[in-house]
Amino acid sequence: MFRYYLKLGSLSIRANPALSALMVAAIAIGIGACMSIVTVRHVMSGNPVAHKNDLLYHVQLDNWNPDDPYEDPNEPPEQVTYLDATALHQAGRAFRQTISFKSDRVVQPEGEDARPFQEEVRATTADFFAMFDVPFEYGSGWDASADRAEERVVVLSAAMNQRLFGGEDSVGRMMTMNKEPYRIVGVLSEWRPMPKFYDLNNNPYEGAEEIYTPFSLAISGEWGSSGNNSCWKPLDGAGYEAYLASECIWIQMWVELSSASERDNYMQFLDDYVEQQKALGRFPREVNNRLSTPAEWMVNREVVDDTVNVLLSLAVLFLVVCLLNTIGLLLAKVMRRTSDISLRRALGASKSALFTQYLIEAGMVGIAGGLAGIGMTWLGLRGLENVFSEYDFISYLMTMDWTMVLYAVLLAIVSTLAAALYPTWRACSVSPATTLRIQ
Amino acid sequence: MDIGPVWRAMLKNKAGFVLIALQIAVTMTIMVNAFAIMQERANNVGRESGLDEANTFALASAWFDEFDRDLMKIRIDEDLALIRGVPGVRSAVASNSFPLRQGGWSMSLQTEPGSQSPDSIGSAIYFVDEYGLDTFAATLIDGANFTPNQVSWQVQNDDTWPATGIITEALAKEIFPDEEGSVVGKTIYINDNDPVNIIGVIERMQAPWPGWTGVERTMLVPQRRYSDFQRYIIRTEPGYRDALMPEIEALLANSSKDRLIRDVTTMEQVRKLAYVGDTAMIRILTFVVMLLTVITGLGIVGLASFNVSRRTRQIGIRRALGATKPAIVRYFMTENLIVSAIGLTIGGILSVALNMVMVEAFSLEPLAWYVIPIAMIALLMVGQAAVAGPARRASNISPAIATRSS
Repeated sequence: MFRYYLKLGSLSIRANPALSALMVAAIAIGIGACMSIVTVRHVMSGNPVAHKNDLLYHVQLDNWNPDDPYEDPNEPPEQVTYLDATALHQAGRAFRQTISFKSDRVVQPEGEDARPFQEEVRATTADFFAMFDVPFEYGSGWDASADRAEERVVVLSAAMNQRLFGGEDSVGRMMTMNKEPYRIVGVLSEWRPMPKFYDLNNNPYEGAEEIYTPFSLAISGEWGSSGNNSCWKPLDGAGYEAYLASECIWIQMWVELSSASERDNYMQFLDDYVEQQKALGRFPREVNNRLSTPAEWMVNREVVDDTVNVLLSLAVLFLVVCLLNTIGLLLAKVMRRTSDISLRRALGASKSALFTQYLIEAGMVGIAGGLAGIGMTWLGLRGLENVFSEYDFISYLMTMDWTMVLYAVLLAIVSTLAAALYPTWRACSVSPATTLRIQ
Repeated sequence: MDIGPVWRAMLKNKAGFVLIALQIAVTMTIMVNAFAIMQERANNVGRESGLDEANTFALASAWFDEFDRDLMKIRIDEDLALIRGVPGVRSAVASNSFPLRQGGWSMSLQTEPGSQSPDSIGSAIYFVDEYGLDTFAATLIDGANFTPNQVSWQVQNDDTWPATGIITEALAKEIFPDEEGSVVGKTIYINDNDPVNIIGVIERMQAPWPGWTGVERTMLVPQRRYSDFQRYIIRTEPGYRDALMPEIEALLANSSKDRLIRDVTTMEQVRKLAYVGDTAMIRILTFVVMLLTVITGLGIVGLASFNVSRRTRQIGIRRALGATKPAIVRYFMTENLIVSAIGLTIGGILSVALNMVMVEAFSLEPLAWYVIPIAMIALLMVGQAAVAGPARRASNISPAIATRSS
């Protein structure tokens, strides 16, 4: 029976090629509009460390101005001071902890003709790589003793290793930055967290840094941050020393706890720390510490731009228009075939048989619309890529995975079936005799 | 045309018309809200930065040898002398940022000293020298430019502020809302307690962040900074920019082995990058509205065609009974007019509702009232155009059809 209905369906679809094409096109365009925005949103709101989401926490302390919160209504600063970062790192109360910032360095490749170039380098601590499951191609990160000894070591990204050493195992070799030598201890394999969850400032999609070096080394070299930096009160004196001792926030801090139940203990530790600092005359605001999981942190920093949500709501309405269009056309088709339907009813076709038949026909339109919709989604993404082509990271946002392809077809079938319900019901309620009478 | 019979005929077959009306309503809702967003974005893009954008470019120099204050001072002076000496260069300045760059420095300004001032106002800060005004193409409307001996040098991470400043008119109005006369000579406080004497007011100069609500609030201060990273902004005589960009880049790159030149960019590129989001949104929404109109139009055509073919016999009978061709056309046009009117009424309500939701959820600007009638008229015309074809086909149905039995 099912195959017979399929045959009837395809006959009916072919009987009105223009109309069927219009229906399929409308569904495909609606699906394309919706799914391209959904896809972008899906990539933007990705969580590269979802598998550790309940173990990793972003640390915030409220050392801000007593008269004025960092952000309304009472948000603590999104970064920490050098004083607090190093104190908490040194205390080592979490299973793993890392403090880091990014800084501009000039890389000087070897060879007479090689031109120096500027790179953003992440100054961080040993745990960074293990905490965030950063994959290594060669070698490994440095260990805590290298942090303490301010060792001149670096970890390179796969791309940077390709650029400087042609992709070969460069562990143990040397490179030069700002006229100073560094020894390579590790090379990463391909790693591009989307978004760059561990430092969402500036641009969350720009990709991870290409070079990593010990935090302590950067501080002894007096590196400045190339990321965000905010101060609420004047520095006490001049120069880098005063900057380190200041209430300026410019360091990102993350901890990894051994189990999710440790969260309360670590929070208590932070609160105790702040109370202690209050006794020393710092932290004029009420205790307002914050631990956020990567997912919470990305929501807090509004990684998904409002523009995307605006477009998404318009795209959903767009799909509604396309579906109304489909309902109208299906209905017209049914109304035109009333005589056909009453004839079949008179010959003994049951209501449920008719219902199945028309739903199968609509399902076929839905599948066709869904398949064409995948193409439309792809086109939509290329279109978006084109209008945003000034952003060099845009192609990383416009990628479709199999989940999205599946969703597109599912959405098409479900919405077409939903659209078919009313016309099909109308078809089934045609009485066997009415139209026959006029003939 | 009498609406009565058309309306009563429609009531006999409500579902199809209800669907078209709803489709028109939702189409209008999207259209109106898309227009509102496009208008807001277009206003952003249309604002002037204040720069002479066609003849200005910027580049940055990063030195990477051992940092030495005295050496840095010499280098910056040499660079500026070198750039200003190139024929075709009108003026040049070393500054921390420039309009539309999307990164820069901001400070709170207030009229009274102290750390708890309630009237503090955020403003962008540009560090310049006496060439700043001309390089940024700023028009002085009150007071005077900096003199060379007002320009001081400052160390990074130090907090001494220069004693003079030039502010934009927008900032002056914001900081001294009740002042009717000149603000030149007045004192404002930066960094809580440091007094800055206003010596001039300029007509316009945007802050580096085009998305900031205070984008017109800017203060220039006469200072150069001992940093191993310097940004030079260069304004050329008209037409010289493209030739001078590579020339000056090479000149600076060749003058020292210990630095690299980067971020060489025209102000037109900077503008493009600053407004990518806005222009993209305008283009996306234009496309969406066009596509949507086509789909709705096709839906109307499809449904009208069906109605025509379903009623072939009735139309034949009417023709046989003496209805003229234009009367048949008018019938379908009137039918569409009624559906459109209902759809657009619902659409008007939905549009305002969605706009209220969007304003609330995404802090957009509320829509201008006239967008609604414009969208209504546009969609009414689309509907009439869409139905015209099927209506004409209906009018060509021969009266003889009536005599045939189907």
